Amino acid sequence: MAIKLINAVLAIVGGIGGAMILFWILNKLAESLRGKWEDRVKPWMFAGPAILAIGTYLIFPALQTIHDSFANDQTTAYVGLKNYTDLLGEKDFRNVLVNNLLWIIIVPALTVIFGLGVAVLADRLQPRAEKLAKTVIFLPMAISMVGAATIWRSIYEYQPVGTPQTGLLNAIMGLFGRDPVYWYSVDNLKLNSLLLMVILIWTQVGYSMVLLSSAIKAVPEDTIEAGRIDGAGEKRIFFSIVVPQIWPTVVTVFITVLIGVMKVFDVVFVTTNGNYNTDVVGRRFYAEMFTYRNFGYAATIVVLLMLAITPVLVYQVRQFRREEANR
Amino acid sequence: MTTTIQPGAGTPDRQPEGKDLADTPQVIRHSKAKSGPGSASLGVRIVLLLLCLLWVVPVLGLLISSFRTRDAQFSSGWWSAIANPLDFTQWTMSNYSQVLSDNQSGVNMGQAFVNSLIVTIPATVIPILIAAFAAYAFTFMEWKGRDIVFVLIVGLLVVPNQVALLPILKLYNALGLNGQFIAVWLAHIGFGMPLAVYILRNYMASLPRAVIESAKIDGASHFTTFWRLIMPMSTPALASFAIFQFLWVWNDLLISLIFLGRGDNTIATVALQGMQGQTGQGRELIPSAGFVTIIIPILVFLSLQRYFIRGMTSGAVKG
Repeated sequence: MAIKLINAVLAIVGGIGGAMILFWILNKLAESLRGKWEDRVKPWMFAGPAILAIGTYLIFPALQTIHDSFANDQTTAYVGLKNYTDLLGEKDFRNVLVNNLLWIIIVPALTVIFGLGVAVLADRLQPRAEKLAKTVIFLPMAISMVGAATIWRSIYEYQPVGTPQTGLLNAIMGLFGRDPVYWYSVDNLKLNSLLLMVILIWTQVGYSMVLLSSAIKAVPEDTIEAGRIDGAGEKRIFFSIVVPQIWPTVVTVFITVLIGVMKVFDVVFVTTNGNYNTDVVGRRFYAEMFTYRNFGYAATIVVLLMLAITPVLVYQVRQFRREEANR
Repeated sequence: MTTTIQPGAGTPDRQPEGKDLADTPQVIRHSKAKSGPGSASLGVRIVLLLLCLLWVVPVLGLLISSFRTRDAQFSSGWWSAIANPLDFTQWTMSNYSQVLSDNQSGVNMGQAFVNSLIVTIPATVIPILIAAFAAYAFTFMEWKGRDIVFVLIVGLLVVPNQVALLPILKLYNALGLNGQFIAVWLAHIGFGMPLAVYILRNYMASLPRAVIESAKIDGASHFTTFWRLIMPMSTPALASFAIFQFLWVWNDLLISLIFLGRGDNTIATVALQGMQGQTGQGRELIPSAGFVTIIIPILVFLSLQRYFIRGMTSGAVKG
């Protein structure tokens, strides 16, 4: 333990000190060049380490993964599109894709709706009550998915029939004279997947609430006032005046949550480990990589994930360009 | 010109519904202003209360369980402890004292907690400096390829980290880095870099140009301008990124699971995940282990909420 702590302290001191010295040397090197070359080289000295980190940990691996997706399970020979046709032809995997699709539709949508609801309603409380309510809703954002799944055991947990139930949901079942249910195994109407989604939504609503709340507060009062003078009711004012003005924020929240949900892994891995028809792409990728050791499949799954995320990427870049133009 | 009386921040909410404005003689034909602080009706209050309960109850359940003995945990639901809190035979601190040291569950949360700190602090602090230099180059220097490289970084914000895991694992295997802290430090530095550069660059671009121009005229080099001027002025953005990265690294499961595994260097989230399947001895320790895992991020979050919100509203996304 002591050695570990010393190592960690060394890493902090060495990492930061090392980075400082590195930049100092790079800067000196650039300054030793004459005239125009100094100006040409210096930006790369400043941005170089960051670009190197991004290249090593994102760009190179992405290219390598695309390459590996055309090779066999141990990356020893090319197999063409076999991984793709195998996976997409497999019923289990298509099920995984359907599950993922449900996740990326339901979770962002409900996150936005709940966040909007809380933002609108809490806005009408006295400031202190508003702050308290918002902190309560916001807090789960700080909690890991493993932590959240552990927390939700107090609701979903199951004990065999005849023993005292320790999960709130099964206790309520008992009140109605029903047998306890092992919730994670119930895949009728995808109930188990929905229960897992609840955990994720529970952690994300705070984010949506904060962004939407600040957007709502920024809606000019006179536009609302104008609606009132024209005799519009609260509902009408909300849907015809407020919502159109906060729509860009709604889209941002939806997309941000969507990006997170596409690669959802933790919550499924921790609770059902993909059993009972709850598997998702992120979990299946992990299983291919570690359980089955089929690197070809694992790489292919990631490439499919990247393809699915490309529209979001394009949107993100466009959005950025638009903001830059307004700067 | 208008004759409205807006319910302001101090407006008492106990006024009877519908009477507040309708009875004011000056108001002509006018819909009621039902929004604004303090205007919540009873229905709204109840809905919010229920929502807040829904948010708190699961945490409360875990917290109560974590202080109950094994017998109490499995002979009655955690809610029964609320009904008779004075039954002291059910309460115990031993879950915590056990889980923080070696115990039957095979998971030493105390050690995992220290490991989490060892992983998180360097992985939070080191990328800041690297990203700040890069953000400076992207904001205040003119160079060929600058805009293309930055757009690439913006695109990489949404690329899932899963992309990197297999190639990096192979690379680490070749270098013998797997299972060592440096493996996760470097991985988190790499994965956090696009977001760091993005947040810092956007913030720096909003700083007043005149200040930097005058520094230049006074003959300050880029290096001096960066240290003396830009870094101090960027503190809010640095704090925003730091809290993001801290929470992200502390709460991460996948990266540490792959590159650190379950050995002596395992971190709290991975250890907690490993306990979930526990059915026999040690099962009563799961709630306390859960709390040990979430307490640090909650404290960090509550004390630095302001910066976190600022980062969020400035458009931080992480792929």
